[in-house]
Amino acid sequence: MTHRFRDLLALEPLSAAELSFLLEQSRPFQEIQRHPLKKLATLRGKTVALAFFENSTRTRISFGAAAARLGADTMNLQAEASSVKKGESLLDTVHTLDAMKPDCLVMRHAASGAPEFVARHLEIPVVNAGDGTHEHPSQGLLDALTIRDRKGRIENLNVTILGDIQHSRVARSNIHLLGKFGCRFTLCGPAMWVPQELEKIGPPGAVIRRTARIDEALDGADVIIVLRVQSERLHEPALPLDDYVLLYQLNAERLRRARKDAIVLHPGPMNRGIEISPEVADGPQSCVLEQVTNGIAVRMAILYLLIGTPAEEAPQTTASSGEQTPAKARESTHASD
Amino acid sequence: MPLIEKAQLMSAPEIDRTLHRLAHEIVEKSGGTKHLALIGIRRRGVPLAQRIAQAMRGIDGVEVPVGTLDITLYRDDLSKVAPQAVLHSSDIPFSVDDKDVVLVDDVLYTGRTVRAAMNGLFDLGRPRRIRLCVLIDRGHREMPIEASFVGRAVQTSDTEIIEVRLREIDKEDRVVLVDRTG
Repeated sequence: MTHRFRDLLALEPLSAAELSFLLEQSRPFQEIQRHPLKKLATLRGKTVALAFFENSTRTRISFGAAAARLGADTMNLQAEASSVKKGESLLDTVHTLDAMKPDCLVMRHAASGAPEFVARHLEIPVVNAGDGTHEHPSQGLLDALTIRDRKGRIENLNVTILGDIQHSRVARSNIHLLGKFGCRFTLCGPAMWVPQELEKIGPPGAVIRRTARIDEALDGADVIIVLRVQSERLHEPALPLDDYVLLYQLNAERLRRARKDAIVLHPGPMNRGIEISPEVADGPQSCVLEQVTNGIAVRMAILYLLIGTPAEEAPQTTASSGEQTPAKARESTHASD
Repeated sequence: MPLIEKAQLMSAPEIDRTLHRLAHEIVEKSGGTKHLALIGIRRRGVPLAQRIAQAMRGIDGVEVPVGTLDITLYRDDLSKVAPQAVLHSSDIPFSVDDKDVVLVDDVLYTGRTVRAAMNGLFDLGRPRRIRLCVLIDRGHREMPIEASFVGRAVQTSDTEIIEVRLREIDKEDRVVLVDRTG
């Protein structure tokens, strides 16, 4: 693996090998979640700036916990209480944050592409924690990790995504990741949320079909990803909530159409009784709490990779004085002893 | 950077004999094996720990649990880690609380790996005792750390490298002294 992850802005440009590498690197951090003592000193003295220009609770806490468990400190910027409200431009805000010398910027923004724009102007690594309707890379990774743990693989699965796919960055990150491993997608929801152009968003060769009928969508599914209904969006072209529940709620009866060992994911926060019934949310096929736990592991892996491994060095400067072993044949764990 | 093999320090049968001797020493000096556990430090400490455990089975059928520790996240020299160092999982399928732990590694040099391993171990629980077993002690310590069980102590210079080659990883059993010149 020679690729340097400078930033993590999207999953779309990453290869299957790079995505596998990221997932593989999350494994040791999954294990740390089970330790009685979960705190490492690996990033001691480093600072992670968390800039959430759009509201978020769980993603912000998850990144904050990931930083803390690696021993790093965090600086928090919340749009509500910040100068953003006073009219400061995005670039001025992030330059101000940058001047406080964090080692990494984790940002969420309502505008698609905002983290990429910021990354072009900053030296430090930038992590996209969700931008508009573009991508939510860490969510895509934690979903894949959860799927791999439960199904033993992420290759060639039938993945059904239910809900407002049009506005979902989570769905896009899922498709960009899982599509590179041969998964087939069925997108299902009211027609206004599943427009035809979604069939073309996947990686080349990805099979994406659309249907408005949930029973059809669930037939043979290995993985079902239920998206949150954002009720403010329901009324764009009017669809009463009751009708949505009637037509698209994932309930126990409908779930029986999927494979017996199908699993159910939800990026949260869940609207119990709307897009998902309580019995499914709490049932044995639900992975929602594993997703939350895996979220910290994935984010630890991301922060470790971007901050904990040194910035790009010219390959010829093998700074190895005092190291016992030649780097070529031996593992780095052994380099100093 | 040319690497020149200067000498063979151990042959396959010598490694084998040494590990058997170490197994005997550990059993003998532990005052009972009830709490004993071996933890191999990735990477070459792992097969060594397994072989010592195997040898212990031949001593009155002593059965000792074996675990694996990856210390990358506990190192104090992140800046020296190769870019995108690959992390591995630790695998310790038992509680270390109250265990009489013997850490196993191939070469003891600066002592930094062992320091990191002890930090890692304390995140998992509170062992009753931690001792260290190494195949080769090459000197040049930078920490107040010593091994309780040493296969062989070797005088080395800073430019020399000790390569422990094990069949599980390197397809042969051999310890060689290599010089890095230039």
